[in-house]
Amino acid sequence: MAFNLLVLACLAYVIFLFLVAFWVEDRAATGRTGWLRSPLVYTLSLSVYCTAWTFYGAVGYAARSGLEFLTIYLGPTLVFVGWWWILRKLVRIGRKHRITSIADLISSRYGKSNLLGVIVTLICVVAATPYIALQLQSVTLSFGAFVATGPADGPLPDSQATGVWVAGGLALFTILFGTRNLDANEQHPGVVTAIAVEAVVKLVALLAVGIFVVWGLAGGPLDVIERVNSSTIADWDLMPSRWAGLMFLSAAAVICLPRMFQVLVVENSDERHLATASWAFPLYLFAMSLFVVPIAVIGLERLPAGANPDLFVLTLPLSEGREGLAMLAFLGGFSSATSMVIVAAIALATMVSNHIVMPIVLAVLPKKAVAGDLRRIVLLARRVSIGAVLGMGYAYYALSGGSAALAAIGLISFVGAAQMLPALLGGIFWRGATRSGAALGLSVGFAVWAYTLFLPSFGEGAVIPVHVFTEGPFGLDWMRPRALFGVEGMDPLIHSAFWSLILNAGAFFLVSVLSFPGPVERVQGAAFVNIFDAEGAGPTGWSRGQAEPEALLIMAQRILGDDEALRFFSKSAEKQGKAGFLPDPTPDFIADLERRLSGSVGAATAHAMISQLAGRAAVSVEDLMAVASESAQIMEYSARLEAQQEELSRTARQLREANEKLTQLSVQKDAFLSQISHELRTPMTSIRAFSEIMMEGDMPPEMIARQARIINEEAIRLTRLLDDLLDLSVLENGTVQLNLELANLQGIIDRSLASSSHTRPERIFTIHRDLPSEGLYIRTDPDRLAQVFINLISNSRKYCDSANPELKIVVRHKGGRVTVDFIDNGSGIPKDKQALIFEKFARLTDQTRAGGAGLGLAICREIMANLGGTITYLPGQGGAAFRVTLPLRLEKPALA
Amino acid sequence: MSRHVLLIEDEQHIAEAISFILGRDGWQVTHLSDGMTAEAAMKTGRPDLVILDLMLPGRSGFEILAAIRADAELSPMPVLMLTAKGQGRERDEAERAGVDRFMAKPFSNAEMLAAVRDLAGGA
Amino acid sequence: MKRPRAPLFLPRRSYRARRMRDAARLLPVAGLFLFFLPMLWAPATTEARDTAPDGIYLFLVWAGLIVIAALMARGLSDPAGDESLGPEDQD
Repeated sequence: MAFNLLVLACLAYVIFLFLVAFWVEDRAATGRTGWLRSPLVYTLSLSVYCTAWTFYGAVGYAARSGLEFLTIYLGPTLVFVGWWWILRKLVRIGRKHRITSIADLISSRYGKSNLLGVIVTLICVVAATPYIALQLQSVTLSFGAFVATGPADGPLPDSQATGVWVAGGLALFTILFGTRNLDANEQHPGVVTAIAVEAVVKLVALLAVGIFVVWGLAGGPLDVIERVNSSTIADWDLMPSRWAGLMFLSAAAVICLPRMFQVLVVENSDERHLATASWAFPLYLFAMSLFVVPIAVIGLERLPAGANPDLFVLTLPLSEGREGLAMLAFLGGFSSATSMVIVAAIALATMVSNHIVMPIVLAVLPKKAVAGDLRRIVLLARRVSIGAVLGMGYAYYALSGGSAALAAIGLISFVGAAQMLPALLGGIFWRGATRSGAALGLSVGFAVWAYTLFLPSFGEGAVIPVHVFTEGPFGLDWMRPRALFGVEGMDPLIHSAFWSLILNAGAFFLVSVLSFPGPVERVQGAAFVNIFDAEGAGPTGWSRGQAEPEALLIMAQRILGDDEALRFFSKSAEKQGKAGFLPDPTPDFIADLERRLSGSVGAATAHAMISQLAGRAAVSVEDLMAVASESAQIMEYSARLEAQQEELSRTARQLREANEKLTQLSVQKDAFLSQISHELRTPMTSIRAFSEIMMEGDMPPEMIARQARIINEEAIRLTRLLDDLLDLSVLENGTVQLNLELANLQGIIDRSLASSSHTRPERIFTIHRDLPSEGLYIRTDPDRLAQVFINLISNSRKYCDSANPELKIVVRHKGGRVTVDFIDNGSGIPKDKQALIFEKFARLTDQTRAGGAGLGLAICREIMANLGGTITYLPGQGGAAFRVTLPLRLEKPALA
Repeated sequence: MSRHVLLIEDEQHIAEAISFILGRDGWQVTHLSDGMTAEAAMKTGRPDLVILDLMLPGRSGFEILAAIRADAELSPMPVLMLTAKGQGRERDEAERAGVDRFMAKPFSNAEMLAAVRDLAGGA
Repeated sequence: MKRPRAPLFLPRRSYRARRMRDAARLLPVAGLFLFFLPMLWAPATTEARDTAPDGIYLFLVWAGLIVIAALMARGLSDPAGDESLGPEDQD
């Protein structure tokens, strides 16, 4: 088959995946996920476990070692069937603590230690890089297999060039869909769905080839069984150590591999999906391995002796002239490779950016990090990390020259990933596990693995000199990489897995028992191990009142984005019984915020960032006593007290606020009367004085004309004031007549900008608008809405104290509500005044400067209430900012 | 020699009315829209009387009055205070602060003229 | 938040739910045992060509595990049972 046609098919397939991912992201953005978040998609996405190594390699494995390949699937089957033991707990912890990766889980469990995050990240990157190289190799090999059997009419593929293209394309796809946003708890619905589609393709492909082989080439199942027993595969003898060892390793890998952790825990959108996956994923594995032995047997029979059994899935249909089937098989292999690389790259990039790049950024620019735009830095770090991970995979592939040694890397990588198992399981089941224990266990396991398996895999003499293999380093006989402590005759893989895990777990246990955990560690340990205990999470470790809520909001906006942060803050404020956007900085709130942030940048970084604002977390002895207390009675008693106290303090807070407001209102009432008096008397003074002068007569006509005009102007001013007062009272009583009609928002804003340009016309304002977003037809009273807009814009023109004043108008439409933000670049409104500005006569500065009576915002507030919406002050926008919210379609006058 | 009045009033129309009334009676009126430069204007212009509005931008009438009374050179200056608030509290406060006459807006022109003649005549 | 004293005896429904969880915990152990059985056969029968029967046996056990897990999954994922149990399984 022509190479070009193959490339074309690949491209078409990739474009199809792009479209799927794009479509899903689009739906997810508007909240229409539906079946996309079903247990089926979740289960299918778990199939990243089946990489090209299993798609092509399982047949080769079976041809060489009989049924041993099954262990790779039986281990995960046991883990999933036994989900009640481990997976359920992992997923619950992952969701509750907003875990972003396995490195984040371990770092978070052991006191949000970034050291552990770094160690785990390093292990994962080292173990996964050759694995990614293996995928690139499988794609180029399968390209080669196709072209070798076809007529040589096209250009021969250069394997290096193919590798570059594949790696580059995957990097592009991963960056596009893996780093679109930081929000939504690190989930990537687009990628997950694309992976699920690929899972279907690879399953269908393998089943199709299997059915063709069993019923097309052989004479049905019974015939196949006959042929198995007479083939060389039946010469295989089960080695108990490898049988048990590999099953254990694959079981560990399905939990610990970064890509599996990503789809299993991080991308999980509903814990109940796990119940379905507990049988559906084993079923998938079952179907994937059902035809492996038949394909291997028939392949051995039919293909020439030297044929690579790793490519039977592809070469068998090709040699039988079934190009369509072969193409399907090729796409299946392509899917296996790409899905693994994409997910692994996302998982590794998240770890690298959260545990290595961000801590460095925060350390290098401690002040600026809080003030600058962290979202962009995080996203950039992640994109660069994806590129780097794929670049390393490609470099490894290019340097190793696609050697046969790569084929073994799958299992080598499993052993590497399994090093995380003791720290992981110890962390979620044993409260005594400590950070020092985990750090030492991981380091020891990693070192032993590298020394006995990973480095030797490059070949004797490649990295470790030959004499070390035969005599040990420095002549230390017991240190030989393949015979540690003189244990000889073991399978090298099992030897390494055995020693690395024994020493890892031993160091982990021993140091944990001997060391004493820090306070945050103990708190986290209790929270993880007792995750199923109902909500009472114990002390959070933050002391009260040190952090300024506005500063926290600004920081949260840098990471979560404006909308998300404001929504989170206003919801928290509501929970505390407060209005507005700024909740009190209670320890609970800060802990919530930390958890929310850690969903974007990881626990350790989030903790460090909040520490910058809230001061070091201080856990008192009493807090720890409460954690350590095993007595249910004390727990219950204190819980009840706590609940009561919570209730009381919430009521007290509400009362305090109400009281404050009442006091302010009474002061304002006096001020209101005094103001009214002043506002009425001032025009009255001019009118009286000039009318008396005119009454005396004997004046030149031009003088009379001038004085009459002044009297007239002042009378108009009086009328306007009375109109405003009347307007306000009508609006407040809800007796206003609204003229509802369908109007274009853009038109209303245009009109408002034009009308308000008369206010201080000498000021040149730069207006930022996004016209397409304003093209909304809303059902409202357009004149009243324009009145509000004019007021806000005029206020900005009057009060914005910037030398180059700017006004930004942002329109958003979400779920039947429209928000219009007016944000200028002045110095804004001080926090203590923000609650007052919507009250009558609440002018902030000198009475005369503005010329109005101070009723504008009070009228705006009443208008918006009548239009079924709100107007609020948005803190933390770098200037005065008002948000007008109104319904897209107002059906009837809202206020009853 | 015409007698001299310093008028500190931020409402343009009211200032115009007062200037007209006093000007017709032979007074020379200097008008300031705010009280920032009040002392300087008094020291250079040497007015016979200061008419001071209470609610002024930047610096209230009370502040200016306190500054006048604290200044040895200016303290004998008669001060007529005007206010649109016209409540008892302001009047008490103004009298405590040493104002010579307190008038609520709106006022009758004759009353105003009489007060000015009275105060400036005594000076 | 509250942790009331666990009652000594449970209504029928909760009782069933708990035994279901016991079964869910036991299932992988049983599976492990059945998957390990071939290790005990292998050395005994060196001459017989037994790869095909071994494979069929493994696939049958595998299918059995999947079916049992599927049957139990529905009962286990019932969220009502989860909360009523309170702290991690005090049975």
